[in-house]
Amino acid sequence: MTDISAQPMPSQSAAASIMVGSKGMKKRHAAEARFKAYGVVAIVFSLGVLAFMLFTIFSDGISAFRQAQLTFPVTIDAAVVDPTGTRDRDTMAKVTTFSYAKVLNNSIVAALLAKGIPQEKVSDKELGEMVSKSAPAQVRNMVLADPSLVGETVTISVFANGRIDGYFKGRVTRDTASRDSNVSPAQLDLADTLRDAGILSLGWNSRFLTNSDSSDLRPETAGLGVAILGSLYLMFLVLVICVPIGVAASIYLEEFAPKNRWTDIIEVNISNLAAVPSIVFGILGLALFINFAGLPQSSAMVGALVISLMTLPTIIIASRSSIRAVPPSIRDAALGVGASKMQTVFHHVLPLAAPGILTGTILGLASALGETAPLLLIGMVAFVDNYPGAPIAGFFDPATALPVQVYSWASRSDPAFLERSSGAIIVLLVFLVIMNVTAIILRRKFERRW
Amino acid sequence: MKSMHITASAMAIIAVSVTAAAARDQVQITGSSTVLPYATIVSEAFGENTDFPSPVVEGGGSGAGRKKLCEGVGENTVDIANSSSRISKSDIELCATNGVSEIMEVRIGYDGIVFASDVNGPEFAFTPADIYSAIGAQVAKDGALVANANKVWSDVKADFPAQNILMYIPGTKHGTREVFDEKVLIEGCKETGAHALFAAVAEGADDKAKASAANKECMKLRTDGKSVDIDGDYTETLSRIDADKSAIGVFGLSFYQNNTDKLRVATMNGIVPTTEAIAKGEYPVSRPLYFYVKKAHIGVIPGLKEYVEFFVSDDMAGPNGPLAAYGLVSDPELAATQAAVAAETPMAPLE
Repeated sequence: MTDISAQPMPSQSAAASIMVGSKGMKKRHAAEARFKAYGVVAIVFSLGVLAFMLFTIFSDGISAFRQAQLTFPVTIDAAVVDPTGTRDRDTMAKVTTFSYAKVLNNSIVAALLAKGIPQEKVSDKELGEMVSKSAPAQVRNMVLADPSLVGETVTISVFANGRIDGYFKGRVTRDTASRDSNVSPAQLDLADTLRDAGILSLGWNSRFLTNSDSSDLRPETAGLGVAILGSLYLMFLVLVICVPIGVAASIYLEEFAPKNRWTDIIEVNISNLAAVPSIVFGILGLALFINFAGLPQSSAMVGALVISLMTLPTIIIASRSSIRAVPPSIRDAALGVGASKMQTVFHHVLPLAAPGILTGTILGLASALGETAPLLLIGMVAFVDNYPGAPIAGFFDPATALPVQVYSWASRSDPAFLERSSGAIIVLLVFLVIMNVTAIILRRKFERRW
Repeated sequence: MKSMHITASAMAIIAVSVTAAAARDQVQITGSSTVLPYATIVSEAFGENTDFPSPVVEGGGSGAGRKKLCEGVGENTVDIANSSSRISKSDIELCATNGVSEIMEVRIGYDGIVFASDVNGPEFAFTPADIYSAIGAQVAKDGALVANANKVWSDVKADFPAQNILMYIPGTKHGTREVFDEKVLIEGCKETGAHALFAAVAEGADDKAKASAANKECMKLRTDGKSVDIDGDYTETLSRIDADKSAIGVFGLSFYQNNTDKLRVATMNGIVPTTEAIAKGEYPVSRPLYFYVKKAHIGVIPGLKEYVEFFVSDDMAGPNGPLAAYGLVSDPELAATQAAVAAETPMAPLE
């Protein structure tokens, strides 16, 4: 080495000054500048795509939180809703929503007459169709809950039909209405008049978050209630199942397990499991939990077990690396003053590793929240109209989840469901952001560096 | 290894706790995505009008639904399979081997299949022969079978526009495809004379075997990308047409009726598809819709029989009911179906 450095420098570099850039140096600087530019382009591109995605979702979906409503007095005709006149709930329950639809239809015609609004271009039947098909059930439930309303006139607020709602959101125009068999331009004209008269109004729609799913005939009432509840149940159960198993497994593997071929195999398998496509876990779940263990289909419990299988490897990997990050000096010190191995782990290592474990768990849960494919196979991608019951029995009731609702609304035929689908994505994104921000805050607050 | 033990014991605990959980109290339905919207409409109304919970309805395809129905008897199997085509002999045999011996067949009404293109595109008046000439694998030309070389619609028929041939048709897992094969392709094949040519060269013991071999040949489609199978649902076909305006898609009548602002429907044999035309039997491409009920579950699963009766009641499936409003062509023999449901008559064996 000394021989080489003792050689005189080549004349070219000897002449070059440090202050004046040589050809080679310019080249290297240019390469660096190019690399920086690549990085900026990559970031601008991904931010652009993200911005575009958020823009489409929000422009399509934000309108799901506003809904057209009709407010008018309804005369609950005793002859229709209680033909026997007994005011007995069970007898009155025999009267179906089809009869209540007639009551509503008569009432809205009367309401227009009372306000002096002309409706000569719209027949009485068409006028009735402007009211949501959910309204009869709403009135029926109200009457059954309080039979004293029979014969009275009550002012109620019900949803307008999805097409009328779409008109105020720009989805339906007079041009499309002229070709649409479900709505006519005359009905849209009347809707404008009703809005001016104060019968129809557009307002904040909290029922989008609380209502259950609805059929294609009434997109206006479809809500996320069952899906949000189902997702909460799923997350809770995944947490309860995954954290004890995951933490116990990683403590054992890091602190107690001998380093031999078996633990190597386990380690490789855990990493492999984290990369298995989620649909595979769905197939396993169907075979193991539904067909073999006999757990009820479509229930949050089965969904949680399947998602737990999927999330466990992620949690184990995150927990192991945060246990490994605790410096050995802490273990040595604890062992040195006479603590047992278990005391060392539970009194010193685990508390220091806890923030990392927590962060890993929350991020694992966040990715589990967006999972649809395994739920498809265990019957959670379904039309579920009833809310699941209260825990613990409710864990076994049919439920859906947020990403599932996005998927099933996106495949409905009525275009009004597209807005609902995007609205559901917004709710899902809000949940994800909350979880990820919690993870970041926890990490910032408790993380220790050595 | 310890983690395995913990996992195993956790699962054991869960399995034990489940046996304590209450029996299933809602009806489980799966099957055809064409029947799915009708079933959800009924499920929703059933939940509103009775004290039973609304049934849980899943999609996924007619064939898959019938297989699920035939998995066996018991609470963790489904009660009803919706189907847009009739149950097959092999399904019934599968059912029988799994102990599902009695099945009730309920026909709910009819559904039309329509051909539609982008709303701003040209109008089309098809016959089954036109469709076959456009996408069949081999077509008859001057009395001989040749590989289909038609590139634009004007190659098929002189008065069609010179627009590229591109058709989105339902994939083979859909019940709709069976109807498409039977009522459009084979019919068209016969009209163009290709069927007779296929039968002439087919191997078979008698005319019947030759005709069925020819039918199989008629169902073969060209593979050069002019005909594309769509395995998803109609929303996928719609978005594909949105992306390529020259395409023609196959839809259910009810789907088209909900998207008249985006789609222009083609006539078939000069008939515009409407519920009235289908009810009268004028529009040729229609099919009955069914659901199949596992009889062993009646009386075990609460609300099952009530749901089936509610489905076929005049208020729901009748000509003025909500199903007809959504696009179902109501069955003129609904009264017979209602009587069969009330008597819980299982279906007769298929011939």
